[in-house]
Amino acid sequence: MSLLQISEPGLSSEPHQHRLAVGIDLGTTNSLVATVRSGIAVVLNDAEGRPLLPSIVRYFPGGKTAVGYPAQKDLARDPRNTIVSVKRFMGRGLKDVAYAENCPYDFLDSPGMVQLRTCAGVRSPVEISAEILRALRERAEGSLGGELVGAVITVPAYFDDAQRQATKDAARLAGLNVLRLLNEPTAAAIAYGLDNAAEGVYAVFDLGGGTFDISILRLSKGVFEVLSTNGDASLGGDDFDHRVFCWIVEQARPAPLSDEDTRLLLTEAREAKEHLTYHTEARITARLGTGELVDSTLQQKIFTEVTRTLVQKTIAPVKKALRDAGLSVEDVNGVVMVGGATRMPQIQQAVAELFKQAPLNNLDPDKVVALGAAIQADVLAGNRAAGDDWLLLDVIPLSLGLETMGGLVERVIPRNSTIPIAKAQEFTTFKDGQTAMAIHVVQGERELVSDCRSLARFELRGIPPMVAGAARIRVTFQVDADGLLSVSAREATTGVESSIVVKPSYGLSDAQIAQMLQDSVAHSGEDAQARALNEQRVEARRMLEAATAAIEADADLLTPGELSDIRLALDTLDAAALGSDRRAIMAALERVNKITEPFASRRMNRLIHRALSGKKLEDMKI
Amino acid sequence: MINFQQNHFDLFGLQPRFHLDLAELEQAYRGIQSRVHPDKFVHASDAERRASMQSATQVNEAYRTLKGPLARARYLLALHHVDVQSESNTAMPSEFLLEQMQWRESVEEAADRPDELAALALRLGREMQEHYSQLERHLDREGDFAHAADSVRKLMFLERLGEEISDALERSEA
Repeated sequence: MSLLQISEPGLSSEPHQHRLAVGIDLGTTNSLVATVRSGIAVVLNDAEGRPLLPSIVRYFPGGKTAVGYPAQKDLARDPRNTIVSVKRFMGRGLKDVAYAENCPYDFLDSPGMVQLRTCAGVRSPVEISAEILRALRERAEGSLGGELVGAVITVPAYFDDAQRQATKDAARLAGLNVLRLLNEPTAAAIAYGLDNAAEGVYAVFDLGGGTFDISILRLSKGVFEVLSTNGDASLGGDDFDHRVFCWIVEQARPAPLSDEDTRLLLTEAREAKEHLTYHTEARITARLGTGELVDSTLQQKIFTEVTRTLVQKTIAPVKKALRDAGLSVEDVNGVVMVGGATRMPQIQQAVAELFKQAPLNNLDPDKVVALGAAIQADVLAGNRAAGDDWLLLDVIPLSLGLETMGGLVERVIPRNSTIPIAKAQEFTTFKDGQTAMAIHVVQGERELVSDCRSLARFELRGIPPMVAGAARIRVTFQVDADGLLSVSAREATTGVESSIVVKPSYGLSDAQIAQMLQDSVAHSGEDAQARALNEQRVEARRMLEAATAAIEADADLLTPGELSDIRLALDTLDAAALGSDRRAIMAALERVNKITEPFASRRMNRLIHRALSGKKLEDMKI
Repeated sequence: MINFQQNHFDLFGLQPRFHLDLAELEQAYRGIQSRVHPDKFVHASDAERRASMQSATQVNEAYRTLKGPLARARYLLALHHVDVQSESNTAMPSEFLLEQMQWRESVEEAADRPDELAALALRLGREMQEHYSQLERHLDREGDFAHAADSVRKLMFLERLGEEISDALERSEA
């Protein structure tokens, strides 16, 4: 029970059951699931003993799916319905997807996020990713023998709000309770930090299948502090494959390629790239659908040459990250390499030159992110005793801003601010009697709105009519610990306060999620109603436990009247949770949440007070 | 009982002074954050998770404000009800403005040369350090808020200049 974790030092927590929690690395090329067993982080293998799950989903007419190796087998046979690297499409519009023209998919450009037309119908990247996550959840539950309390899911540090929200939606769709979205480099640092008991400043260089991240972290006893992060959300191993693919086509000059042959040659390109990590040349042979034979030999020297600009693209983000952290190369104690693409010799060499030291490679770059996520999941699940856990302070990777006159961006929250963070901005009307106002939220570092990512457009309505400039509308941006944004606004001059909460426009609405959930459940044969009821009951039990523990610890913060009101609401919830009326449980939950709000903030104040008096006591001992 | 409406210094149990032991601030920040951070409330009720996020947000904001010397000075002045009037009062001494123009010319001339830009950044850092020393004297020893506000205004110019050098460096490396 996590509330016990915050008890005063010296008061031991009651022994509790080990909660099943996992870390998931939802990768562009491969995905993994890991957990902490008997204090050690391990990757959970599939029934055949394989740790990786290729991030590939094949759709069949009628809606059945194959995920992972079975789907990979069909890649060249059914490229249009076999989706690879779906992570590249998460939270992206068609124009944001690099090399979309080389993908054999039937894209459907829809507002906010691209969709794919398959033989099983139109699927969004969220749904496709959910298939991968569901396969991992089933693997974990089968292997651990029970239901998961939740998962930590990793995302590239440089993912923007749309990409993060899409990832969280996919997890929800896959029936996973997200304990936290964790940045991939941070996860890697956790895995390394614990194994090496490292202290000091570390750079994590993470080149995955589709994304590049660089993070600068400071590790010290009990605290992982991300100082800065930077990267390129569309640079990864896939791009190296693509360069090799282009080289092959240039050498062989075949007739225009079919989807199948494109896929075949891309696979050949990837294999050649991997071969060149350990050999000086790679032979590429393939028989195309037209009967043409492709036969070329790629020298490592040429490979390095055709990918030189890609390697160079990693340098500027590293320099920016160091500058944002206020550090130079000399301050870095170690460089951790993450992601399969960092195996390439030209990457190893570039990193060694840049940081003037040999990078750390002692953990498997394919597994390190999942292992770190599992360790963090174990902490968040409350499986570690207080004192044996740690604090993780992460940052928002990209600045948040607002559109102002002339299509310019006014920065509201600068990049690399520690999260959670909130900023309020005041607006006023510019016309007499104006009752509505448009607000456009963007993310990115550029000055022009058109160069940044549009996150949300919304209209504030119901502003009381006043003379121009008299209204005071306060818009608050809140970024939570997952790095997700919510916006609320209120007009405060007339005493009539209107408040709204805006979910960014690309995010799926609750109704859409519910529909997708229903669809997916229909295919898997589960009972949607039963599952929803069960989820509410679990939530009710969690709430009852949490509230009871809170009252036990801090009942003195409540007046007798407040206490009996809370007890009454809890009894109602308890009774509702025994019944099978899902709405009644929801209503009772809502009531408890509302009525315990002041109690929660008083408890938070007490915690701060104790943190300070604890510090004072330490001072006195000295 | 700590009240969130009270000031950032109280939150961390520090004296409201410009001179600050950063290690002490950091220790207090981490001590509080390791109790209120949302990671400690993953299984708590919605109300507690919300309260935790709000507390952690406020603690982050307070830490950010006190950590940076310019933000800290502005905050201290605000506590003494001194508005630095950053928007309206741009009437700076002409000598200072002339210096600013010279600075900007140097930055423009060095646009493509990262080494020169880095040297300028270093020189600017030294100049800012002098102003901070003055600021400390005005705020902590003399209680001369009017002169402190002057220093803050100058430092705001210099900080923006620093950002421009930083941007130019970024462009020169791209």
